[in-house]
Amino acid sequence: MHPLIIADHTFHNRLILGSGKYASAELMIASVLASGSEMVTIALKRIVTQQDAITSDHLIAPLVRAGVKLLPNTSGARTAKEAVLAAELARQALQTNWIKLEIHPDQNYLLPDPIETLIAAEELVKKGFVVLPYVHADPPLCKRLENCGCAVVMPLASPIGSNKGMQMRDMIAIIIEQSNIPVIIDAGIGKPSHATEAMEIGASAVLVNTAVATANDPIEMGKAFDMAVKAGFIANSAGPAISYSNAQASSPLTEFLM
Amino acid sequence: MINLNDLISKNSWAYWEDYVHNVSRHDVETSLNITGKHSIQDFANLISASGEQFINNLAAAANQKTIQRFGRTVQLYAPMYLSNECQNICTYCGFSFDHKIQRKTLTDSEIIQEAEFLKLQGFDHILLVTGEANKTVGTNYIANAVKLLQPYFSQIAIEIQPLNTDEYKLLVASGVHTVLVYQETYNRNTYKEYHTKGKKSNYQYRLETADRLGEAGIHKIGLGALLGLDDWRVDSIHCALHFLYLRQKFPSVKFSISFPRLRPAVGVKHDENKFMTDVQLAQLIATYRLLDINLELSISTREAKKFRDNIFKLGITSMSAGSKTNPGGYTLLEQELEQFEIDDDRSVQEIYDMLTIAGYEPVWKDWDQIFHIN
Repeated sequence: MHPLIIADHTFHNRLILGSGKYASAELMIASVLASGSEMVTIALKRIVTQQDAITSDHLIAPLVRAGVKLLPNTSGARTAKEAVLAAELARQALQTNWIKLEIHPDQNYLLPDPIETLIAAEELVKKGFVVLPYVHADPPLCKRLENCGCAVVMPLASPIGSNKGMQMRDMIAIIIEQSNIPVIIDAGIGKPSHATEAMEIGASAVLVNTAVATANDPIEMGKAFDMAVKAGFIANSAGPAISYSNAQASSPLTEFLM
Repeated sequence: MINLNDLISKNSWAYWEDYVHNVSRHDVETSLNITGKHSIQDFANLISASGEQFINNLAAAANQKTIQRFGRTVQLYAPMYLSNECQNICTYCGFSFDHKIQRKTLTDSEIIQEAEFLKLQGFDHILLVTGEANKTVGTNYIANAVKLLQPYFSQIAIEIQPLNTDEYKLLVASGVHTVLVYQETYNRNTYKEYHTKGKKSNYQYRLETADRLGEAGIHKIGLGALLGLDDWRVDSIHCALHFLYLRQKFPSVKFSISFPRLRPAVGVKHDENKFMTDVQLAQLIATYRLLDINLELSISTREAKKFRDNIFKLGITSMSAGSKTNPGGYTLLEQELEQFEIDDDRSVQEIYDMLTIAGYEPVWKDWDQIFHIN
C-alpha cells in the first residue's frame, strides 16, 4: 500500500486507533497490534503526566515498547488556552511534538468548537507542534487549518461515539477534493464498511475507537478494520466504477452502428 | 429558557405523583421502544411500578448504551471526610447539630496524612466531604484543603455547604473540578420537616445551587435525591427534571447522579414505607442511562457487595471503594462518628480485582489539573 506521510513520519498502515473504552490495557494493546495500526491516540487526562510516563504509565509504556507512535490528544479542553497548555504538558510527558487537537466545550455531543480550534492550531503550529485537529466536516475551516500549517485535518463522519458512519459524506468529499494535506476521518466510524466508504472516496486514513474497543471481540474487529481500510484505499486507487441512476448495458447496444 | 421554579413548582410534586402512579404497561412499552431521545415522561414511565416488570429489557438497553459511551470502564474514587461539624439539624443525618457526637475537623497535616494513605491505595480522584459549618469549614478552609491536595490528586470533587457564585468561582480557580449538591428531597413540604434548623432549611437557596455552579464555570455538577426521604419515584422525576433543565442551560458542564439510599445512622428513625428495593434502584439507574448517554452515574459503598458487583453493567460509571465516612477515618480514627454506615467494606484492591475479573478496566485517572486555568 502506498505509504502515508504526515510531517516527518511515514506510515504503512492507514488505520489509527483510540485507546479508550477497552476492558483492559492488555486488550487495547492486543487489538492495536492485531489491527496493524501504527499510531494510537491517547487522552492526556487518562495518563500520568510525569516525565517518566513513557516508561511507567500502564497505557503508554506497552505502546511505546510495541513501537506504536503515540498521538496525545487534548480531550477535556474547552478553550484554546486549555488545549495549548495540555499540548505543552503532553509534549513534555510523552516526548512528542505531535498533538491531536480536540476542543469540545459541548458535553452532550462532544462537537468541536471551530473558533477555539483554529486559534489553538495557529498557536500550536507557531510553537513547533505537528497539529492534527479534530473538526467538523467544514470545508472552509479545513482550508484555514491547512493554511495555518496543520499537518492534517480530521473531520468527523458523524458525532463521536455514535457509530453512525459517513453522515457528513458530501462535505467530506469536498474537503478531500480541496485539501493539499492528508484528510483523516475521525469520529462516528462504527463499522468496517464505514471505514471502507471513507477510504473509497479518498480519505487518507481513518481513526476508530468505539467501534473496536466496544466490540465483543476487539482483536478480531481490529483485524476487520485493517482489511476494510486497505480495501477502501485500494478501491480508490483502482478508480471505482461510476454509479448511474439508470441501467447501463454492459455491452453497448449501438455497436452495430459503428 | 425554561424557568426552574416553573419546572419544580409548588404544584409539580402532586402532578408527577399522580402521573407516575398511573403509568400503564403500554406506556412503559412505548417508552422502551423509543429510538431517539427520552423525555421526562419516558423517564417517569420507565421508573413506574409498571416499569419494574420490564427490568430485564431496561437492563439490556442500559448496558448497551453504557458500553457504547463509556466502554468497559469504571472510574474509582475515594471520599475524604474533612469535618463532621455541622450547624444544621437534619433528622436523617449522623452529623446533625443536635447529635451529641465528638466533632472533628482535620488540620493541614492530618489532611496530608489521609491523602498520602489514599494515594498509596492508587486513588487519583477524590471527593472532599464536610458538614455545613461556615465558620470552621467555609470557603477558605476548602480552598486551602484543595491547595494541599492538588499535588496528590488529578480530580478533586467537593460535597460541602452550598455557596454563592463568587465563592464557587474562587474554588473552581483553586482546582475544584466537581461539586456535588443533593437536594435531598424535592418535595418542598416534607423538606421543611427534615431540615428544621440551619442554612440548609432554605429549600430555594439549595435548589438554585447548581445554577450558581454553572455560572461559576464548574466542570461537573453532581445531583441526587436522598432516596427514602419521600416517594423515591417522584423525587427522582424531579431530580431528572432538574438535570434536564441544567443540561440545556449549561451545555459545557458534565453531570453526575448519585443514588444515596437511607442507611441507619446514629439516632435516626427509619421509615420502612419508603424503602427502595434493589430491583427498583437498578430500574432507576438503568432509566437514567436511557435518559442521557453521557450522564455519569455513581454508586457508593452504602450499597452491598452483591449489588455493587453487578450494577455497573446497568449504567454505573463511577464507584467509591474502601471508603471511610468519618473525618480522619483512614489513618487517624476508628470508624465512628460516621455520617452513614457503609455496607461494602472490601478493600480497594478487592474492588479493583472484582472489576478486572468482570472484564472492566478500573480507571484511576480521567482528568488533569492542567485544565484548571480559567
